[in-house]
Amino acid sequence: MRAAVIVFPGSNCDRDLAVAFEQAGFSVDMVWHKDAALPEGIDIVGVPGGFSYGDYLRCGAIAAQSPICKALASHTERGGYAVGICNGFQVLTETGILPGALLRNAGLKYICKTIGLKVETSDSAFTEGYNAGDVIDIPIAHHDGNYFADDATISELKDQDRIAFTYAENPNGSRDDIAGILSHNRRVLGMMPHPERAADSGHGGTDGTALFRALAGVLAPA
Amino acid sequence: MKARVHVMLKNGVLDPQGEAVRHALGAMGFDQVEGVRQGKVIDLELADGATEADVTKMCEKLLANTVIERFEIELL
Repeated sequence: MRAAVIVFPGSNCDRDLAVAFEQAGFSVDMVWHKDAALPEGIDIVGVPGGFSYGDYLRCGAIAAQSPICKALASHTERGGYAVGICNGFQVLTETGILPGALLRNAGLKYICKTIGLKVETSDSAFTEGYNAGDVIDIPIAHHDGNYFADDATISELKDQDRIAFTYAENPNGSRDDIAGILSHNRRVLGMMPHPERAADSGHGGTDGTALFRALAGVLAPA
Repeated sequence: MKARVHVMLKNGVLDPQGEAVRHALGAMGFDQVEGVRQGKVIDLELADGATEADVTKMCEKLLANTVIERFEIELL
């Protein structure tokens, strides 16, 4: 199993994400934003947290125009798996791979703390290691995590069971407490909380481990 | 040629920064302020031959996120 983790100037969770993939059994290629292609044989692409391009213009907006993001879009169009965490989620919405946008937190403050995250569906390669309704402890660390989409998009996400995670207590003003969503084919996950920061006993919590293990279970060669 | 692009959050999209500014103005005694929306102004210096249609494409592809923002182009 092979994972690629994209590195933008300003990414700062890229190595944490690589370690979480490795602990679940993936071999990991770090991929630079200027690369125009992903390595051959990649099973999943991770778009990490951080402050790509200094968050200039809008969070994720400039990263979304980078050469590697064109390759990422082709990968997901072909049905490839991808996960975007925090800034990675912002990049996925800016590329249009996932719907909606992430606005400034309603309280205007950068929030860095562990929160209760409710698993809304176990029907995806990312969440099948949990039960729907589970509340897990996962850190958040963001200034622009306030999920917004129009009414039609929110209804569609609900009707298609594509809301992966919600906040047990809404910290940032996100519509319908949304913390993470899935693509139409359920193979792309974007989420603001950081499961890779709750994937080792040294982190103070391991509730994120099940996400990477579940992925490994699905993507392991049959 | 120069173009000035105004980018604003769409009506109905929460603008926490505008709200904070409104709150601060109220606290300073400017009771007449009933609402504040904060946006961006981007000035472009363009080569001869550039058109408003080019700027529109720039706005749609990068300068504005049309999920949450609207834009207006002013040719200077």
